[in-house]
Amino acid sequence: MELSLATRAVAEHAVLEVGGEVDVYTAPRLRERLNELIDGGARSIVVDLNRVDFLDSTGLGVLVGAHRRLRPLGGRCALVCDKEPLLKIFRITALDQVFPLYPSVEAATDPSGPTA
Amino acid sequence: MSTVRLAFSPAPVHVRTARLVGVAVARRAGVAEELLDEVRLAIGEACTRAVELHRQYGLSDLVQMEMSDDHSYTVRVIDRAPIEAGLGLTALPPDALANEWLTDEALTVGVGFALLAGFVDDLQVRPVEVGIGTEVRMVWPVGK
Repeated sequence: MELSLATRAVAEHAVLEVGGEVDVYTAPRLRERLNELIDGGARSIVVDLNRVDFLDSTGLGVLVGAHRRLRPLGGRCALVCDKEPLLKIFRITALDQVFPLYPSVEAATDPSGPTA
Repeated sequence: MSTVRLAFSPAPVHVRTARLVGVAVARRAGVAEELLDEVRLAIGEACTRAVELHRQYGLSDLVQMEMSDDHSYTVRVIDRAPIEAGLGLTALPPDALANEWLTDEALTVGVGFALLAGFVDDLQVRPVEVGIGTEVRMVWPVGK
C-alpha cells in the first residue's frame, strides 16, 4: 500500500497521520513533510503510526531525524502506536527509549500531561 | 528443494517487490504465519542495505536474491559493493541512536542492522564466494 500523509492541528500540536508502507522508497516523502512542519514553526509534532502497515530502518531514521531537529528548538516529536509488531521494532532498536510513545492521539495531546 | 531467484536494479522502488516475493515464497515454503511479518521486515532490510550500497558506489549491477526451502527457508541477498563496505555493519548501542554525532546514514544503517539481528536468529553476513560483494544469509524454520 502506498504511503499516505495527513496533517491536522490539535491544540498546539501538529498531528501527522501516516498510513501504508514507510520504506526506503517512501521515507523521503515522510521526511519532506516533517521538515515542512518544522520549517513552518511546528514544535510539538505527534506522528500517528496506527495506520502504518510496514516501517523499516529508513522510516525510523526519518523519525529520529525529526527528533534531532526539534530537540535544539525546544520541541518534541511524539509517536502514537498501539500495534504490537511496530512496538516490537521500537523495542529491538531501543528507540522506545528515545521517543515518547502513546497508544492514541488523545493520550499524546492530553494537556494534563503524559498518559502513556 | 525448490529455489526462486530474483534480480533487480538497485532502485528503492523495487525493494517492495522483493519483500512481496520473499513473503510469498516463505508462505509457500511453510514458514509459520506469525513469522511472516519478521521475514518481510528482514528481507526489506537486507535488500535496502544492498540497494544503498550499490547507489553509494555507483554500481548498476543487479541486486540478487535467492530463496530456497531445503528443510528450512533460506534467503540470500547479494550485493556487489566492495567487501569492506558490506562487512562494516555493526550494531549500535541503544544510547547512540539519538546522538548528534551520528550521521543520518550511519544511524539508518545501525538501525537496519539492529532489526536484522533482532528478527533473524540465524543470520550471516559474509563475502561472496566468487567476485566482489557481500551475502546476507537469513534462515527461518519451516513447519512442514
